[in-house]
Amino acid sequence: MKKQKRINLAISYVILTLASIIILYPMLWVVGTSFNPGRTITSTIIPANPTFIHYKNLFDLTISDYSLWYVNTLKIAFITMALSVVLVTITGYVFSRYRFVGRKNSLVLFLVLQMVPQFVAIIAIYVLLNMLNLLDTHTALILLYAGGAIPMNTYLAKGYFDTIPKELDEAARMDGAGHLRIFWQIILPLAKPIVATIALFNFMGPFNDFILASLVLRSPEKQTLAVGLYNMISKQFDNNFTLFAAGAVLSALPIVILFFMFQRYFVSGLTAGGTKG
Amino acid sequence: MAAIANPKSPDQRPDKPTNHARNAGLLSIIPGLGQLYNKQYAKAVAFFIVVVSYFAVNYDLFFKGAGAGPGDRGGLWGLITLGEVPGPRNDHSIFLMVEGIVALILLFFGIAFYVWNIRDAYRVGRARDQHLNLPSFQMQLRNLRDHGFPYLMLIPSLILLVFTVILPLIFTFLIAFTNYRYNNAPPAKLVEWVGFENFTRIFEIDIFRDTFVGVLGWTLVWTVASTTGVIAIGIFLAVLLNQEGLRFRRLFRSILILSWAVPAFITILIFRSMFNESFGVFNTTILPALGLDPVNWMTDPTATRTALVLIQWWLGFPFIMTLMTGVLQSIPGDLYEAATIDGATIFDKFRLITLPMLLFATAPILITQFTFNFNNFNIIYLFNGGGPAVPGQTAGGTDILISWIYKLSLGANPQYGLAAAITLILSFFIMTLAVIQFRRTKSFKDEDMI
Repeated sequence: MKKQKRINLAISYVILTLASIIILYPMLWVVGTSFNPGRTITSTIIPANPTFIHYKNLFDLTISDYSLWYVNTLKIAFITMALSVVLVTITGYVFSRYRFVGRKNSLVLFLVLQMVPQFVAIIAIYVLLNMLNLLDTHTALILLYAGGAIPMNTYLAKGYFDTIPKELDEAARMDGAGHLRIFWQIILPLAKPIVATIALFNFMGPFNDFILASLVLRSPEKQTLAVGLYNMISKQFDNNFTLFAAGAVLSALPIVILFFMFQRYFVSGLTAGGTKG
Repeated sequence: MAAIANPKSPDQRPDKPTNHARNAGLLSIIPGLGQLYNKQYAKAVAFFIVVVSYFAVNYDLFFKGAGAGPGDRGGLWGLITLGEVPGPRNDHSIFLMVEGIVALILLFFGIAFYVWNIRDAYRVGRARDQHLNLPSFQMQLRNLRDHGFPYLMLIPSLILLVFTVILPLIFTFLIAFTNYRYNNAPPAKLVEWVGFENFTRIFEIDIFRDTFVGVLGWTLVWTVASTTGVIAIGIFLAVLLNQEGLRFRRLFRSILILSWAVPAFITILIFRSMFNESFGVFNTTILPALGLDPVNWMTDPTATRTALVLIQWWLGFPFIMTLMTGVLQSIPGDLYEAATIDGATIFDKFRLITLPMLLFATAPILITQFTFNFNNFNIIYLFNGGGPAVPGQTAGGTDILISWIYKLSLGANPQYGLAAAITLILSFFIMTLAVIQFRRTKSFKDEDMI
């Protein structure tokens, strides 16, 4: 039995090491490429004569708009995140705690809406923004992201709020707390995991989005990282792979750090809001 | 307005039965009049002002036209006819349609408020018929605050949702029944309602039917292959990591989770470079090292499809792994002990205890994974633009429904009506899945609906 266990563990180490290599390889490759002189792809992970020139070039506006994309993306992602967290926690709270006419119908509507991705309506969105003169603005993009996030995230938030005992609200109400104060001082502090989850989702959503950003934003200096980096390597000729690699590394780093910082929260938020049990 | 009050003392009760409920209800056909009849003066004025100003403000939108063209006779007219005179200074069918939808949505809320006004008058009237004390003005205000609170809080989200999601979706669904396409677009031409023509075109015109069947087939294969792979790998690694006596657990977990932490679009673009046919690392280094021939990753559909599924496995498994790790830790240990005593092998235990527990606990999330990949536009588009091109089709070899819709809408010679029709079909697929999924989740089950 013991021997069997040791063999199992040995096999596990082999598999896990192999899996780790498969995960790490592309990342090390892109880091290596970013230090490589020239413009094309090489297959070596450790470049022979490493250079920082691509990182410098990224922030040279005569060579690349990268720094603008970075600022745009962060701006859009942060505002979307803040707006979504406020809207979604409030709607989730209302759906979890209040019984009102139209509640069930709204929940069914949200359920249907969260399944159909917003961007199937790209033509409609384009025409609408055109009518409202909102094409090529970050405002439009932020509103689209925040609006599109409402149905699904409301369900997440509501699911989590449902697990917080209602007796807490009632006790607070007895003590004379108003509707908003109960939400603000009782519920929200207990719901940190789901707030972190929603914040992360709504930061990553805009950060990762390609389709709406490429539809709404027209001028090069207003673009986001996803669109900008894509354009760097999707041309038929003259692709700058090393510059792209440097850009990819710099874009991924803060997200990875953020991810590991919040990981503890959103794992529990996700499982509590979504699973049954 | 649920007014709770004590009945008046019996000696004050008049003998004749009254008909206040009916009278008040009928009178509120003119908003506020019913409330006036019920002697709720402040409320009467409020209702009257709200309803009348609402319809006054929106009258133009509903019936007269908000100024799109000289012949414009309002949103509802525009929605029905889609305009009569084409031209840049006349009717613009698509703008008229949008105006019409906005008018419909506003009308919906207007009518809802109007109905509420009648019901309110009727209820108060009924309370009077039963000789209940009417709530004082202060009481009403407090009631309004308590009952109005959820609505008040929902208004911002609702407005945003209507304009960024609901309106575009209704618009798209309506376009599916028009002949709106690039060479039949306003302002030069009028768009017309054509009924189910777009749907029949998908199935009757060879090039569209072949493309549709091909794309739908690959969409389903893609969804199933990528998702089941992700789930299998995720569970497998979670179980490995959860073994007793395993060292470096945290290190392994942190490395494996990295592919979730890095934004997906960046990874997909990295893989795009690595799979490059002439100087990508797969063809120049990895395959030769394994003694294999280079593969045409970007020009051979089967190769691109394989690469896409592999990349999605790489991208997707850490989420499942993390999720499953949480569930694994909650499975009681005595289950396994009992199984060991009964002589079960590791595989028996996995098959009969671990797997059912994991799948049962996470079923709703697993179904979301299927819908996610069904609509996974990013990986398809960013990796190879849905390509390679396939002769005799309007979609590329790896296009799934959603990316085909994108191409039909924004590519050369856009077919908006057709794209919208496919959107409708796709939505139907997803909604079926949605219903299956949410009948099972906890937060929905508690609601005892559907």
